[in-house]
Amino acid sequence: MRFYEYEAKALFRKHGLPLGAGEVVNSAADARAAFGRLAGPAVLKSQVLSGGRMKAGAVKFADSADEAAAHFDAILPIVVKGESARSILIEEKSPVAQEYFVAITWDGRAKQPVLVFSDMGGIDIEEVAEKHPDHVSKTHFSSILPLTPRIAKEAIGATGVGGSALNRLTPVVFELMKIFLKYDLTLAEINPLARLENGQFIVLDGHIDMEAEARGEHKALLDELGIGDDETRQARPPTEFELAGARVNAVDHRGVAGNVVEFDGNLGLVIGAGGGSLTLFDAVRNHGGKPANYCEIGGNPSVGKAKELTKLILSKPGVEKIAVMMNVVSNTRVDIVARGVVKGCIEAGKDPAETIAIFRIPGAWEDEGFKILEKYGVEYCDRSVSMYDAAGRAVAKMA
Amino acid sequence: MAGLFIDIKVAAEVAKNPETARKLEEVCPVGIFAAREDGVEIVDDNLDECTLCDLCLAAAPSGSIEIIKLYEA
Repeated sequence: MRFYEYEAKALFRKHGLPLGAGEVVNSAADARAAFGRLAGPAVLKSQVLSGGRMKAGAVKFADSADEAAAHFDAILPIVVKGESARSILIEEKSPVAQEYFVAITWDGRAKQPVLVFSDMGGIDIEEVAEKHPDHVSKTHFSSILPLTPRIAKEAIGATGVGGSALNRLTPVVFELMKIFLKYDLTLAEINPLARLENGQFIVLDGHIDMEAEARGEHKALLDELGIGDDETRQARPPTEFELAGARVNAVDHRGVAGNVVEFDGNLGLVIGAGGGSLTLFDAVRNHGGKPANYCEIGGNPSVGKAKELTKLILSKPGVEKIAVMMNVVSNTRVDIVARGVVKGCIEAGKDPAETIAIFRIPGAWEDEGFKILEKYGVEYCDRSVSMYDAAGRAVAKMA
Repeated sequence: MAGLFIDIKVAAEVAKNPETARKLEEVCPVGIFAAREDGVEIVDDNLDECTLCDLCLAAAPSGSIEIIKLYEA
């Protein structure tokens, strides 16, 4: 779940990171008053979860209170990538001498957090990495062993930063590493981290993504920041289809049949199992298929949940077939899922044999599950068929 | 709605026993049995949730409950 910039900065402030003066405002009058409390020129920034504010004209600079009020009125209605502004953040405009980039995220392959630092901040980091690789460092660190500032110092130093800047940047980067681990974040980014003309370092913009599953663990922080339990905080607002998926998952406590994400393809996916969803989704696309959705099932969802998820996916316009695929399952029962998807097809008024392009869930209770599939004429396969090949079979049926 | 995959038959004399009905309601993890004053009632909507755990078979007199897998018929 993503934080708004002002929330990310509130978290940074709580941990002592250097920030300029600023306020969240919700009216032109407030913007005018807030300008008066700042020391000089200000920047007004739309508070949206998506990027691209600057290009959309949702960031403006003001040299007077009147200008701040006018910019508030101009920025507030701007929709950035389909998202309306929650509020406007007005901050002091800082005289910047140099901009840096620092981010921490998870490296799935290394199974460790990775600290990315660059002395060329303020611009797209991928572009910097491509054109100026010697100005970007990537440093993995343990999420188990004690953190030390040395890790941050080496990462910064690897880009050629030294002297006073190195000494002043190190505690900022080190604190960000601690914040990342403390709050189960999937992204903690400061871009730009600025050195001002007076030599001071401050955070100009920040991005925070928290692991959604960790929300309960950090409820106190979320309450402190005013983030409600009902706020999904994804990169875009959920669609009606996705909200319906969440309702299906909430029907009972048994297992997961949710995390539905809507796409515009024609092949419905009922997929899951320990990263299997991502693998299978990619496999379908790699075979040229067009997924209608992403979802996650696992933990032995009830027949009712699997059924309702199936019905939901089949209700999506343009979806004629579904592929039911998982990795080898141990804590999810094949027969329970088989019952759910077959029943879902029937209740949706469709023939399971025609509708289920492939059923590839090997594992616990598979013999029982395969009996059900045979009874209804559904094509299925066991673990001798890879997830990739199973996805290929499903895509072939869409031709 | 009756089960599409599972049906459960309870012998008539056992179905009318309130004590057995209470046990069946207690042991079934998916709520297939409901204890009533006059015995046990099968909750049709939950039949397909049966996990084939056989706890009901153990809770009732031997041979008095039959779990039928309709997909094997």
